[in-house]
Amino acid sequence: MTAAGPRTGTTLTAVAEAGRKAALIGYLPVGFPSVEGSIEAMVELVKSGVDIVEVGMPYSDPGMDGPVIQRAAERALEGGVRTRDVLTAVSAIAEAGGTAVVMSYWNLIVQYGIADFARDLDSAGGAGIITPDLIPDEADPWLAASDDYDLDRIFLAAPSSTPERIARIVAQTRGFVYAASTMGVTGVRAEVDNHARDLVSRLREAGAQRACVGLGVSTRAQAAEVADYADGVIVGSALVKSLDTDGVRGLGELAAELAEGCA
Amino acid sequence: MNDVSQETGPYFGEFGGRFIPEALIPALDEIEETWRKSQVDPAFTDELLELQRSYIGRPSLLTEATRFAEHCGGARVFLKREDLNHTGSHKINNAVAQALLAKRMGKSRLIAETGAGQHGVATATAAALLDMECVVYMGEEDTQRQALNVARMRLLGATVNAVTNGTRTLKDAMNEAMRDWVANVDATHYVIGTVAGPHPFPAMVRSFQNVIGIEAREQIIEAAGRLPDAVCACVGGGSNAMGIFAAFLADADVRIFGFEAGGEGIDSGRHAARFSGGRPGVLHGSATYILQDEDGQTRGSHSVSAGLDYPSVGPEHSHLHDIERVTYEPVVDEDAMEAMRLLSRTEGIIPAIESAHALAGAMRVGRELGPDAVLLVNLSGRGDKDMTTAAKWFDYLDEGAVQV
Repeated sequence: MTAAGPRTGTTLTAVAEAGRKAALIGYLPVGFPSVEGSIEAMVELVKSGVDIVEVGMPYSDPGMDGPVIQRAAERALEGGVRTRDVLTAVSAIAEAGGTAVVMSYWNLIVQYGIADFARDLDSAGGAGIITPDLIPDEADPWLAASDDYDLDRIFLAAPSSTPERIARIVAQTRGFVYAASTMGVTGVRAEVDNHARDLVSRLREAGAQRACVGLGVSTRAQAAEVADYADGVIVGSALVKSLDTDGVRGLGELAAELAEGCA
Repeated sequence: MNDVSQETGPYFGEFGGRFIPEALIPALDEIEETWRKSQVDPAFTDELLELQRSYIGRPSLLTEATRFAEHCGGARVFLKREDLNHTGSHKINNAVAQALLAKRMGKSRLIAETGAGQHGVATATAAALLDMECVVYMGEEDTQRQALNVARMRLLGATVNAVTNGTRTLKDAMNEAMRDWVANVDATHYVIGTVAGPHPFPAMVRSFQNVIGIEAREQIIEAAGRLPDAVCACVGGGSNAMGIFAAFLADADVRIFGFEAGGEGIDSGRHAARFSGGRPGVLHGSATYILQDEDGQTRGSHSVSAGLDYPSVGPEHSHLHDIERVTYEPVVDEDAMEAMRLLSRTEGIIPAIESAHALAGAMRVGRELGPDAVLLVNLSGRGDKDMTTAAKWFDYLDEGAVQV
C-alpha cells in the first residue's frame, strides 16, 4: 500500500461535519505561469481555505474551456508543461495538507496510460480525476483502473442530462458529481444559472451522495448562494484571472473570500 | 451485401465513440434518433432526393480522363465529378441533408467549422435555401488563404468568425464551434462537415455522402464494363473518401487508396499524414489516429491544401487502416500541385488542391498496376477557390498585377 492521500468524499464529509455549508474547490492549471509558480499558487489555495484543489492539465484543444483558461493553458504549453508535472503538483498539495484532484481532457490520460496514471496519481497522494470529456459510457478502462486504486472518478452532469443519464452518472461516480451549472464553457458569469439548483436536486433524487457546482462562480456572493444547496462550490476562471493579474497574494485573498462565502 | 459498409457506429473496431462533454449527449441522441427515423421516412428521403436532383445537380458525371491517363501508367482513369456539384464540391451533399435534419429537429440556427471554406460555403448555402441562420467558424490562417470563400459565405448571409486561438486552423475552428454548440444547443444544430466528431456524425455523414460511391459504382460498370481495380480519394477528415469507398468495401478485388497530405514530407514533420506520422488517441469526440506529441497534445498539421490540414481523421478510416482494407499513403505538396497542373492541361479540369492529392496518388497507383487497370478517382472539388495558392506556387501572376 502507498500512503494514499485523502479522497474527496472524506474531505467533503469533514467539511459538513465541521458545520460549514459547503466545501470550496479551486481550479488552477499546472504550468501557469510556470510549473513552480503554479505549484506555489496551489499551495497558497490550500493555506487560504480551499478544501479541494483541482489541478488542471493544460491541453491543446480544451473544448470545455472559455478564453481565460484557454489562454492560461496556451501559455503553460508554450512554457513546456508536461503531464507528469501534474503529479508533482498533486504531491505538493498533499504535503501541504490539501486534497488534490486532477482535471484532464481524456487523451492526455490515454497517452500516459490509464492504469499507469491511476497508479502514479495514487502514489502522489491524489484523490482522483475529473473528466470533462469522458462520459461513463466510454469509461470502462478508467472504471477498472480507478477501482484498483480506489480513486475518485468525478463525472459531469449537465442541465441537459436526462433522468436516465443522471442515474448512470450517479451510479458510476465516486467522490462527488460535478454539476455543470450552465450549458456552456468555463468562465466568469454575472449570475449563476438557476439550472444549477435544479440539477443538484435531480442528482440528489437519483441518489447522489455529494454534488458540487461549477462553471460561472467567481464571487463570494455567488459562492454563498451555491453553498446553500450544493456540497461544494467549484471556482476556476476567477482564480486563474486573479493569479494572472494579482499574483499569488491576490489569489490567496480571493480564495479566502470565497471560502468565507462557503462557511 | 455489396452495396455499402454495414458499420453504423458508435464504434468502428476500436475507434469512434462519444468522447464529449455530457452536456452534448442529449443533443447527439436526438440527432441520431432523428437521422435514423429520417432514413426510412419517404417524406425526408424524397425531399433530399429532389434537392439532390434539382439543386445539387446529381447524379454527378463520371468522366474518363484519357489524356491524363497517359501519366497514370496508361491505365484507364475515370473521374467522379463532385466538382460539378452546386457550390463546387462534395460538401453540399452532407450540408443540405443535415440542414433538412436540423429543420426536422426544430432548429433555426446552423453552425459549422470549415478549413478550405467549402463546407462553410455549403452550409451557408443550405441555410440560405432553407431560411436558417448560419455562423461559420474558420481558423484565421484559413480565412486569409481562402479569402474568396469567406466572401462567398458572407454574400450568402452567413456570419464568418475567424478563430484566433491555438494553431488558427481547422482543428481550432472545430473547438470553437463545439463551444458555441454547447452554449446554444437548444436552437442550434452543429453541421459537422466530415466523417469525424462524436457518434453519430461519422456514420451519419457517411450516409449522406455514400451517394457518391453508389452512383460511381453503377456508372463505372456501365462505362468500363466492370468494377475498377482501384478507387482513389484524398483524406482530410475523410468524408469524400468514405462517400466513395463505402460502395466498394465489400468488393474484395477492388483495391482502395486514401491519400493524406504529406505536406513538406513526413521527415520534415510538416504534414497532415495521420497514418504515417500519428497514433491512436482521442480528439474532437472520437477515438482515432491523431498527430500528437508524446504526452498527447495535438501537433500542428501542415498542407498546401487547407481542406486536408487537420491533425485527426474520421474513426472509420482508422478502422479500415488497421484491418488493412484501405491503403493510406501520403502525397507531398509538390506532387499534388503538379497533378493539379497536369489535370488542368490534359483535361481542361481544374481540381481543388485537396482532390489533386487523389490524382497524384492515382498516378502512382496507375503506374504500379499498368495499362490494363481501371482506376476510379474521386474528384471531390473544383479548384477555383485555390487560384491564389496556385498562382503563387506556379508564379502565374504578372508582376505588379492586382485584382480589383
